[in-house]
Amino acid sequence: MKNDRIISRLEGKSSSGADEYQKAAKVALAGNPNVGKSLFFNHFSGMYADVSNFPGTTVSVSSAKYKNYEIFDTPGIYGVSSFNEEERVAKKVIVNGDIILNIVNGFKLERDLFLTLQLIEMGKKVTLIVNFWDEIKRRNIFLDVEKLSELLGIEVITTSAVTKEGFDKLDYAIENAREGKIDDEVLSLIEKTVKKTGDKTDAVLILEGDSETAEKHGLEPGTPNDREMIYIGRRNRISEIIDQTERENTPKAEFANKLGRLALNPLTGIPILLVILTAVYFFIGDFVSQRVVNFTEIKIGKELFEYNVKSFVAGYAAAEVTVEIPGAERTDEKTFLFPKGMNARPDLKSEFETFSSKPDAVLHFQFNNPFVEIVFGEFGVVTMSITYLFFLLLPLVMGFYFVMALLEDSGYLPRLSTMLDKSLSRIGLNGKAIIPILLGFGCITMANITTRILGTNRERTIVTAILQFAIPCSAQLAVIAAMLSGLGAVPILIYITTMFILFVSLSTILDKLIPGESSPLLIDLPTMALPRMKNVLQKTWFRSYGFMREAGSWFVVGSLAVGIFKISGLLTAWQNLLEPVTVNWLKLPKEAANAFIMGIVRRDFGAAGLFDMNLTPEQVTVALITITVFVPCIASFVVMLKERGWKEGMTVWAGTWIAAFLVGGIVAQIII
Amino acid sequence: MRTSLDKAEKGNSVKITGLPEGETAAQLIRLGITVGRTVKCLDRLPGGTVILQNRRQEIAIGQRLAENISVVI
Ligand SMILES: Nc1nc2c(ncn2[C@@H]2O[C@H](COP(=O)(O)OP(=O)(O)OP(=O)(O)O)[C@@H](O)[C@H]2O)c(=O)[nH]1
Ligand SMILES: [Mg+2]
Repeated sequence: MKNDRIISRLEGKSSSGADEYQKAAKVALAGNPNVGKSLFFNHFSGMYADVSNFPGTTVSVSSAKYKNYEIFDTPGIYGVSSFNEEERVAKKVIVNGDIILNIVNGFKLERDLFLTLQLIEMGKKVTLIVNFWDEIKRRNIFLDVEKLSELLGIEVITTSAVTKEGFDKLDYAIENAREGKIDDEVLSLIEKTVKKTGDKTDAVLILEGDSETAEKHGLEPGTPNDREMIYIGRRNRISEIIDQTERENTPKAEFANKLGRLALNPLTGIPILLVILTAVYFFIGDFVSQRVVNFTEIKIGKELFEYNVKSFVAGYAAAEVTVEIPGAERTDEKTFLFPKGMNARPDLKSEFETFSSKPDAVLHFQFNNPFVEIVFGEFGVVTMSITYLFFLLLPLVMGFYFVMALLEDSGYLPRLSTMLDKSLSRIGLNGKAIIPILLGFGCITMANITTRILGTNRERTIVTAILQFAIPCSAQLAVIAAMLSGLGAVPILIYITTMFILFVSLSTILDKLIPGESSPLLIDLPTMALPRMKNVLQKTWFRSYGFMREAGSWFVVGSLAVGIFKISGLLTAWQNLLEPVTVNWLKLPKEAANAFIMGIVRRDFGAAGLFDMNLTPEQVTVALITITVFVPCIASFVVMLKERGWKEGMTVWAGTWIAAFLVGGIVAQIII
Repeated sequence: MRTSLDKAEKGNSVKITGLPEGETAAQLIRLGITVGRTVKCLDRLPGGTVILQNRRQEIAIGQRLAENISVVI
């Protein structure tokens, strides 16, 4: 939605506030994947767009105002064309941009210059920003910047985006962007088409076979052979440029690179993967979900926050407080009655305070007024949801985001893709599919958009389905981790095995059903790097913040809906309707049906609904499996409809209902 | 020896002599894999996926693509 708005503004179609934007020159940040564009965008905008060490982090366009300019962040591309959705998005911005800051990885200059030459030949005003300057210096690579500038006919500046070195020259870079030198041979090649289109940009795209642009002018697009000829010519000119500008002393293999290579081959790569998974398991499953959450949920949430809120409220409202003091032989229990609130009975209040000050005291507040009970009581909207959101979910979600950020920044993900390529190609995908799938463990909604990096529509369909059916998102994983931890290894194993079997069968079935075949793997591996703590923490923080904002508001909507359902009697009707399924087939208490209502709103609420029910470990396993397969959250559903069309989106959505009860039921029949 | 890229062994220097048709060729050329270029085979994974080194760049090519790229080893 946001994207469409940005794009229509680019094409000058927008109405509201258009004048202001029409005046501002449009500056597009363009470059190969993973060269640091988003770091530049963050600098210009003062906002945070995701920065990670794998190609395909940015898959849609963002824009921001900077001085008199409007700056656009774009997905990384190796050339301007329409081979996939990412490229189409980037192409629009570049074609309509007034100024292009072409960011290149100086360390991989030869690769990146392809896009640079193409932009110059398209007649765009360009400045070349040679980024990764720190790496170039560190590795003793000599690059003749002046010569490069002379050969290309445009300004060249050098930067190191992680330290912001050279960023003081960015204004200069924008102001001095200009059309570069175009080879005579290229000029004569495009001359005839330029006469018809009026500008070089469209002419080059048409000659390279871009049918969208050709249609616009009513011309025939170039054939694949024409394109290949143009491409090869460009590559040859690049070789000449590199020969004249770059010298390298024999490179020494670095430790990080050696590790990167070991991660590729299953022989060494599988042990590496296992080590990573074990570390993640101990970090999330043991450290965060037990130690940290025990502290935040019990000590901060229940004993500090809820206690203070409840006793404050009980100061004024009629309340019944039961205090239990567990002892070695018997539990001491005492109930204090405050029909007019605690403050009306200072004597009894101080007696209560002395009694409940013992270390292990467990307190139960019961408010006589039903309204006060709904807001501040045991399951009160204020008390319980704040404890649940801030002191249970948040630490777990942050834990997941932290792990994801570390993995994203290391350069490991594309290597995992490569290692798993062969296995994934047996089920109709290629290795690249692992990237949106892994990102799905963070947030399915975002991952739906990242499927744009996949080569064919077919793969996008399969991966989108897998995401909705078989991948739990971080919020849901948080609840799952909290519920499964302490139940031992068996439920975890059953859960993982079931989801894995579902994943493989779903992909295999779709592979058989959908005509065509998956595209073969072609990945440019980024350099391995030590994750930068600043970025990891920043990303964790921004994602957690976004999560809380969204989850917080939906939580209110969700609990309100359940409240209304309860009062109107619809909840009982729904429970009775689903009873044959919930009780006989899934072997769960009929109240578990509540979880499905909450689950339609957000997946983690579904699981949260189960949290307070008294379930056996087997029932927990079945319930968690069912709720994981069950429908994606509303946000994800909307994005899926937009990315994949309503027909495919609705089919997947309906499919998750069937699959959830089918899979959950089968497991129930076996284990309960 | 004339063969296809998926037959390359770890450590081989391979010279590219032919690319598949169409969009795939375009993608390879953009990444710097062109006819006539000599690259190093860093590894060949059990499934036939080949890891190439082209200057400072490392590229992974799946088996189904590699078998359509002709090379001289
Ligand atoms: N050493 C070093 N690393 C850099 C530099 N610039 C960017 N990086 C790293 O390169 C990676 C990619 O940065 P991003 O800003 O996400 O790149 P991008 O161009 O937006 O990538 P896509 O959105 O995938 O196209 C991150 O891990 C950065 O930390 C630099 O100048 N020096
Ligand atoms: Mg980016």
